[in-house]
Amino acid sequence: MFKQLAAVILMSLQTLPQRLGASSVIVIGIAGVVAVLVSVLAMGAGFRHTLADTGRADRVIILRGGSDAELNSNLTRTDVDTISNAPGLAKDRDGKALLSSELVTVVNVPKIDTGTDANVTLRGVGLKLTEVRPELKIVEGRMFRPAVRELIAGRGASRQFRGLRPGSVLQLRNADWTVTGVFTSNADVHESELLADVDTVGSSVERNGYSSAVGLLTSPEEFTRFKDALTTDPQLKVDAQREPDYYAAQSKQLTQIINVVGKTVAIIMAIGAMFGALNSMYSAVAARGLEIATLRAIGFGALPVLLSVMIEALLLSLLGGIIGASLAWLFFNGHSVSTLGGAFAQVVFQLTVTRALIITGVIWACIIGLLGGFFPALRAARLPVAEALRAA
Amino acid sequence: MKYFPLIWSTLWRKKTRTIFTLLSVAVAFLLFGMLETVDYAFRHPSGGVTGADKLVTTNKYSITLSLPFSDAQQIRSVPGVAEVTWISWFGGYYQESKNFIFALPIDTDSYFNLHKGEFVVSDEQMQAFRNTRTGALLNEALMKKYGWKVGDKVPLHSTIWTQKSDGSLDWTFDVVGSVSVKDPTQASAQSSTLLFHYEFFDEGRSFGKGTVGWFEERVEDPLQAAAISNRIDALFANSPNETKTQPANDFTMAFMKQFGDIGFVLRAILGAVFFTLLFLTGNTMMQSVRERIPELAVLKTLGFGDGKVLGLVLAESLLLCLMAALVGLALSYATLPIIKQGLRGVELSPTALLPGIGAAVLLALIVGLPPALRAMRLNIVDALAEKH
Repeated sequence: MFKQLAAVILMSLQTLPQRLGASSVIVIGIAGVVAVLVSVLAMGAGFRHTLADTGRADRVIILRGGSDAELNSNLTRTDVDTISNAPGLAKDRDGKALLSSELVTVVNVPKIDTGTDANVTLRGVGLKLTEVRPELKIVEGRMFRPAVRELIAGRGASRQFRGLRPGSVLQLRNADWTVTGVFTSNADVHESELLADVDTVGSSVERNGYSSAVGLLTSPEEFTRFKDALTTDPQLKVDAQREPDYYAAQSKQLTQIINVVGKTVAIIMAIGAMFGALNSMYSAVAARGLEIATLRAIGFGALPVLLSVMIEALLLSLLGGIIGASLAWLFFNGHSVSTLGGAFAQVVFQLTVTRALIITGVIWACIIGLLGGFFPALRAARLPVAEALRAA
Repeated sequence: MKYFPLIWSTLWRKKTRTIFTLLSVAVAFLLFGMLETVDYAFRHPSGGVTGADKLVTTNKYSITLSLPFSDAQQIRSVPGVAEVTWISWFGGYYQESKNFIFALPIDTDSYFNLHKGEFVVSDEQMQAFRNTRTGALLNEALMKKYGWKVGDKVPLHSTIWTQKSDGSLDWTFDVVGSVSVKDPTQASAQSSTLLFHYEFFDEGRSFGKGTVGWFEERVEDPLQAAAISNRIDALFANSPNETKTQPANDFTMAFMKQFGDIGFVLRAILGAVFFTLLFLTGNTMMQSVRERIPELAVLKTLGFGDGKVLGLVLAESLLLCLMAALVGLALSYATLPIIKQGLRGVELSPTALLPGIGAAVLLALIVGLPPALRAMRLNIVDALAEKH
């Protein structure tokens, strides 16, 4: 049985070059499906990664109670003072809490590729910035100074939006702001932002207060104690969340949309490719009619013939899947794009073709191939031997 | 036309093959139709204010920064401005954040004057709205969705605005009437609108008093829109709140563009679909002509000219592609309501399906030409001797 199978498969593969046109239809059709599937899902994966890589378990973000995003939130100076005394916060050498009071606004900055204005986050940050966010590194230029109109731009932002290079000047409310440097921070969402001194931003937008406060805890386990202290304080009406939880919630909706759209398009394409595969395999069976009939006549079983057709389809679709996934990886992996994130501001992220996505793509390819190969294989196995021999 | 039966029967010479080819081309056109309508919808957004005579004035530096309410007086004095109204972003939802409600605090007189003839509200309910400080006019579809009736109290949660009285984010409105839009293409964009009094909003909120989110203007002559925009912005140049005035359609388009280059993504997908389709149908046509070489030779022997044979093969390819395209486009037309649900605020148009026919013809010519040329160049003697 296995000997028969091996012989039939070898034979069908050897005759494959004669059926190059029809076989390439399967390969190319499936490559197209997989390339589209993997590219679109890579968009979702990239967006999710950018937000998932934001924050640490031992860092908390405090918003006004009932606000779902920093842009809608509002904390007074008194609120922030009270929060800084809460238990669980890490302290610096002088015993001051590692808490950065932040003010988030969005500013219009034109996108480099389209030239149209986009909402870019300008985040005012407190003096404790570098201690609260140690992952932040200046890669070009220098840090902004407090009390003067200077800002630093995230690497993602400086690549996507116009005029965010060190030395360039940004107009904001009748005032010139100088970009003094470019920073990275673990490829997280803050790389899409502009950072400046919180009080300077506040006086510029005439806001006497903050959007949020970000604090570093002595350990992740301190979170409950910290949160309880805030929520039981009758003077405060705030919500505290671990940073990863906050950013995961921000990415959920868009990632879901991308996945649903990507899969819907891919399923429709897959149906089309399956018809193509059916066609090709039927014509392959027809072209090999004489060969198959001869095999059957000299005693080969129906099963090896059936399996050989299925395996041929599977190998071709596997090839198509690998080509499609490679194309997606080649063209789009690391490709930088930006979109309007959950918080009404631009998030710059990179398309990420992960290993899991490549495997998903190849599995899809194999399923299409098996479905497209099954019925032609059945026909091959049921071929009436005498008739097929006579027809030739 | 007299050759139609001939073309029809050659098309169905191999039934399974033709059916599978038809189906895969139809599927491609289903996708084509769906993606085209989405692309069209993004290029022709209809959310909020529309019309060539409408302008939107926002803060120059950021749409999240507010503008002083007093600007309205100055804008109104600009020659060519027929009406100006002001609105703020309320960020409202009902019970859960997924139940988003497009709640807008409006100045009743100027708002309805600016949108003259666009909304339908009964006189009686309009009067009730004017007389009720906490009153709200709700879109018909919104009332139906939550089963609200005139007389109900509707509590909304604002993600931004706290009440002065108790610091809470919850605002309660009295439903006094329903509002519907006359233009059916606006119906879905306006389906979650709730209009309430700006005065009630401004008095009730704990901060931001005397400011507005943005202004909307109606101009007397749409051709003057650009000049008037410049005049409005000039009023506030060098003030702490510089403005940016642009046609309402541009404003919406710019917002849509912020989601990214959706057009590029869609075109890339369609490119991949049609590239694979070329191979698929091209292969079918090639195969079908290859199998028929003796038959074509017989036709030529009977006196069919080279041009006629070329035409026959091309017509067959055209017939195949057009039939499949029509099936696919009809299917995609049937999916319009589903896409509409997913894309609130944009309007879909069946006219976006028209380019599909053009694409089908192009496809038919590209895949039909090589086998048609082969058929045309066929040498009768060789072909009959099967020496091809």
